[in-house]
Amino acid sequence: MASSTSNIQPDDEVLIEMYRRMLLIRKSEEQLFRDVKLGRTPGQVHLSDGQEAVAVGICANLDDRDQITSTHRGHGHYLAKGGDVNAMFAEVYGKAEGICRGMGGSMHVADFSKGIVGANGIVGAGLGIATGAGLANQLEGEGRVAVCFFGDGAANQGSLMESLNISSLWRLPVLFVCENNGFSEFSPSDTVTSGVISDRAKPFGIPVWNIDGNDVVEVWRTALEAVDHCRSGAGPAFIEARTYRYSGHFSAEAMVLSTPYRSDEEIQAWRARDPVARTRALIIDRGAADATACERMEMEVDACVEGAVAFGEAGTAPDPGTAEQLMRMGS
Amino acid sequence: MTREITLSQAVNEAIAEEMRRDETVILVGEDVAEAGTPFKVLSGLVEEFGTDRVIDTPIAEPGFMGIAVGAAMTGLRPIVDLMFGDFLYLVMDQLCNQAAKTHYMSGGKLNVPLVLRTNLGATRRSAAQHSQSLHALVAHIPGLKVAMPSSAYEAKGLLKAAIRDDNPVVIFEDKLMYQDKAPVPEEEYLLPLGEAAILREGLEVTLIGTSSMRQVCEKAAEILEADGISAEVVDPRTLVPLDEGTILGSVRKTSRAIVVDEGHQNFGVTAEIAARISEKAFYHLDAPVIRMGAMDVPVPFSPALEDLTVPTPEAVAANARALVRGVPVHAL
Ligand SMILES: Cc1ncc(C[n+]2csc(CCOP(=O)(O)OP(=O)(O)O)c2C)c(N)n1
Ligand SMILES: [Mg+2]
Repeated sequence: MASSTSNIQPDDEVLIEMYRRMLLIRKSEEQLFRDVKLGRTPGQVHLSDGQEAVAVGICANLDDRDQITSTHRGHGHYLAKGGDVNAMFAEVYGKAEGICRGMGGSMHVADFSKGIVGANGIVGAGLGIATGAGLANQLEGEGRVAVCFFGDGAANQGSLMESLNISSLWRLPVLFVCENNGFSEFSPSDTVTSGVISDRAKPFGIPVWNIDGNDVVEVWRTALEAVDHCRSGAGPAFIEARTYRYSGHFSAEAMVLSTPYRSDEEIQAWRARDPVARTRALIIDRGAADATACERMEMEVDACVEGAVAFGEAGTAPDPGTAEQLMRMGS
Repeated sequence: MTREITLSQAVNEAIAEEMRRDETVILVGEDVAEAGTPFKVLSGLVEEFGTDRVIDTPIAEPGFMGIAVGAAMTGLRPIVDLMFGDFLYLVMDQLCNQAAKTHYMSGGKLNVPLVLRTNLGATRRSAAQHSQSLHALVAHIPGLKVAMPSSAYEAKGLLKAAIRDDNPVVIFEDKLMYQDKAPVPEEEYLLPLGEAAILREGLEVTLIGTSSMRQVCEKAAEILEADGISAEVVDPRTLVPLDEGTILGSVRKTSRAIVVDEGHQNFGVTAEIAARISEKAFYHLDAPVIRMGAMDVPVPFSPALEDLTVPTPEAVAANARALVRGVPVHAL
């Protein structure tokens, strides 16, 4: 399917809420990028600016019982699924008040109470984990769905085939969402990927959608159908969403690369299709809200991010006993 | 003639020299070509050797490791670039069930001349899946040689020897050391696998340090010197083969030993070396052999915790002082 068969539209409230979430992700990540430059965060970050519509459009169809697995580029998924922004900033700053007590950092934000089973430092690791969550959901029988976000690069791990086969064979409620941003680290997809990624699911009899990941309405509408398919017990579904990350692979790439691996024109062309700006235009177009209301929302989100910075900064260093204590509890 | 170059340049030179010398040498891994890896180690190689020999792979570690094993069995000499040592878990079957065993199981008729280059080391604020030092896992498997270069000099000499070795060698570079400079000869040289180096002579305690723990031991020896204690520093350079002779010779002289390594302490490299000393130099010892490895926890993200997990010169010096003064050391 090129895109969803229906033409159903989100109502105004849903659209506005999706806009707010996308803004929160965008502004949080812009802040984190500044924080890295300022040395306020230890280590580096992988930003998803430009990809917000995928995370938000999918998660708008989920509730707290549903699970997601995320990637190294996980802030957006975490916030889209309802993760607490203060606790995320504290985590990225390495503080005890962080969502993982400062043990995980940017690449590992997780919140089980919101069904955020975890971001991951290992590319492709979420595929098996989401399939496992699907198995747990099936046995529990309450209709929960597990969503696996993964990149076009991750799609080249053999575990994709294993997960597609098993989830289809056992009819597990797993939604595979491939965020195809055109790059596998610094390699353009066409240099490392053969064929169309979503075609890989077809031989397993899994329904497949290939969509514009920068159109939040299209993502939302497709996810509505795909999540419904999974929830109904019909087995897994697969969405490939085409999108782009403006800030590149990670926050230090300008320092490690001697030559740029993408052109300014390419970045500008994608910025012209910016998912956040498009959603704002749609809201105003539709009359769901006017420009003043949008501006108010933008200021609220700014305040929210400022609050998160303050919360993170006020946080304390984790206690050295924590590490050992956690190990003892785990053994 | 020597000049100072970084560990990163040393690795780059070693690969370039061996690729010029032997056209069966190829380089395989993620973003090894135009990008030259995120550690910038391989820049310039694709320009000289082309994409036929400097090959970017998809993110598919088990896949490209298998390809390297097959190519090595059939005439090429692949150097596999594994971006982080933490990804070793993904290549274990191809490395340990296939590459390590082929020479032996074929009765010596087949060789697998491949090098797996990867890294180790914490304190880069990258959390538990990008900070591990997993060389002990590999050293445990018969059929794999393991090299642990401790400066640019060792990095170049050991890598060249590894590339010429007819069976698999795994090299762990410390990712925090890529920009560290050391004197390296301009002329060609190789460092044989299985020869330790005594970097500093001393009489009262032997500090054995692998990879960047060599520098930790050297700094500890300086601290001890200020206290009037004479410490000897030994760098094993390779874990497999292990130069027992040099290590035991040193300990028989000093009668005390501390083994320092960045792998987890439990069941680790420090345990193995300490056990060999205890077995083979027992009657020369004046004190128990002390292991100092990384704390047995997944590496925490927060700097406040991460820095506590790795041995420091001060901690090594404190343990050495206690050994020399006959105070019991409460090892972890
Ligand atoms: C198993 C594994 N291999 C390699 C890496 C290094 N790495 C981190 S992200 C990345 C690129 C991932 O590309 P993709 O899946 O398309 O996600 P994107 O970064 O584009 O969001 C690579 C190679 C890793 N973390 N894990
Ligand atoms: Mg990608």
